Amino acid sequence: MSEPLLPPIGMLAELTHRCPLQCAYCSNPTELLKANREIDTETWLALFEEAADLGVLQVHLSGGEPTLRRDLEQLISGLSRRGVYTNLITAGVGIAEGRIEAFAQAGLDHLQLSFQGARPATTARIGNHQGSHEKKLETAKRARAAGLPLTINAPIHRHNIEEVPEFIELALSLDAERLEIANVQYAGWALVNRDALMPDRASVERQGEIVEAARERLTGIMNIDFVPPDYFATYPKPCMGGWARDAFMVAPDGTVLPCHAAQTITSLTFERFGPRTLTEIWTDSPAFNAFRGTDWMLEPCRTCDRREIDWGGCRCQAMAIAGDAAATDPACIRSPLHARMAAVAGSGRPAGGEAPGAEGFVYRRIGGAPQPENPAPLKPDPALTA
Amino acid sequence: MTALRERKAVSPGAVPALPRHVRIQYDPVRQAFAVLSPEKVFWPNEISLEILRRCDGRLSVKEIVADLAREYNAPEEDVASDVTAFFQEWSDKLLVKL
Repeated sequence: MSEPLLPPIGMLAELTHRCPLQCAYCSNPTELLKANREIDTETWLALFEEAADLGVLQVHLSGGEPTLRRDLEQLISGLSRRGVYTNLITAGVGIAEGRIEAFAQAGLDHLQLSFQGARPATTARIGNHQGSHEKKLETAKRARAAGLPLTINAPIHRHNIEEVPEFIELALSLDAERLEIANVQYAGWALVNRDALMPDRASVERQGEIVEAARERLTGIMNIDFVPPDYFATYPKPCMGGWARDAFMVAPDGTVLPCHAAQTITSLTFERFGPRTLTEIWTDSPAFNAFRGTDWMLEPCRTCDRREIDWGGCRCQAMAIAGDAAATDPACIRSPLHARMAAVAGSGRPAGGEAPGAEGFVYRRIGGAPQPENPAPLKPDPALTA
Repeated sequence: MTALRERKAVSPGAVPALPRHVRIQYDPVRQAFAVLSPEKVFWPNEISLEILRRCDGRLSVKEIVADLAREYNAPEEDVASDVTAFFQEWSDKLLVKL
């Protein structure tokens, strides 16, 4: 190891894959787990106890739709007892009366609510759910009335990138103190739907300017976190802050993973909580150690002056595009495949035009995994790798 | 513009408090105080921690300055300028409520 192993700070708990929405950009795996594969209340509570002992300070409760777990209040309460900061990541559709207040009572620290569009028609179309926008507005009001701090999350792609100014106004009107303008990461269902979701460069550049101006104008009023799109980037993001460096995630069946899409790296074997403790998995699991630190890196990462800034970028993106999880993330300008990735970005079309359904969106559904599973990986161009 | 809030400027009479989404707590694993917020964890240095612990919604900026000047045996003007800068930065990041 090039640096000592530190305890994890954050954990993403995907409590379920069930969800009332069918967003085509979803980061969940295309092989979604049914309810009968979910671990039970006691197992989650035991896992949370061990996570707190291990040093986890923040838990993001997500899914699927986490409020579909009837034991969510109990899970929040278990974390809260241990002083763990809890963030509920919800689509905000169909939450029964009284439950948001019960989450607050159980000690929930913060609620993050997604909006697929800033306009009702867009939200309905992207999530394939009529009336979802109105329900989300109601959820935001209930959360604020219960005293919960609010983040609005806007996953951005070609079909809503023109609504960024409206997302900013929407978040302000809902009294959110934080807005995430998060360009979609092309993993899971988003990778399947990449061609339909990819925006064009002019829209991406315009979006950057709008967000920058809004950040300045809204200093001290609302925080705007901006996740720029990888395909238009010069350097990769330090995905998860580096593979197994300070955070991890747990799938609905208790499988412990370094990131959302890690199971697309089929050469790795991931272990489940129960048969193994979290501590064992965090410290000893071969999958966690596979890309930890910098020792695993190949050129150009190995000698790169940015290797401890971006940690080689995203392993799953390297897998998806280069066909090799140990390759440099093609989002990086120093990757031999960068030009190919930029070419995919260059094929993005201007916003508007056909409705998603009309151009063959594959909506996210349990049991609806498309065949073939992923677009073919981009092969290295001999002219570029020579 | 439909903002329900306005940007706050630090004044001696302002009474700082931690907003609902921010919490300070001791982390026994790392043996340090952590500031927890929705997406980030901060590790304040000793002075920042002393300031943050006084953000109880009762003490004014002026009182916090006087208190710290006494405790660190430092001139009040110097402490005032450091504390003001700290509060403006943390208020702008919505980590402290003025």
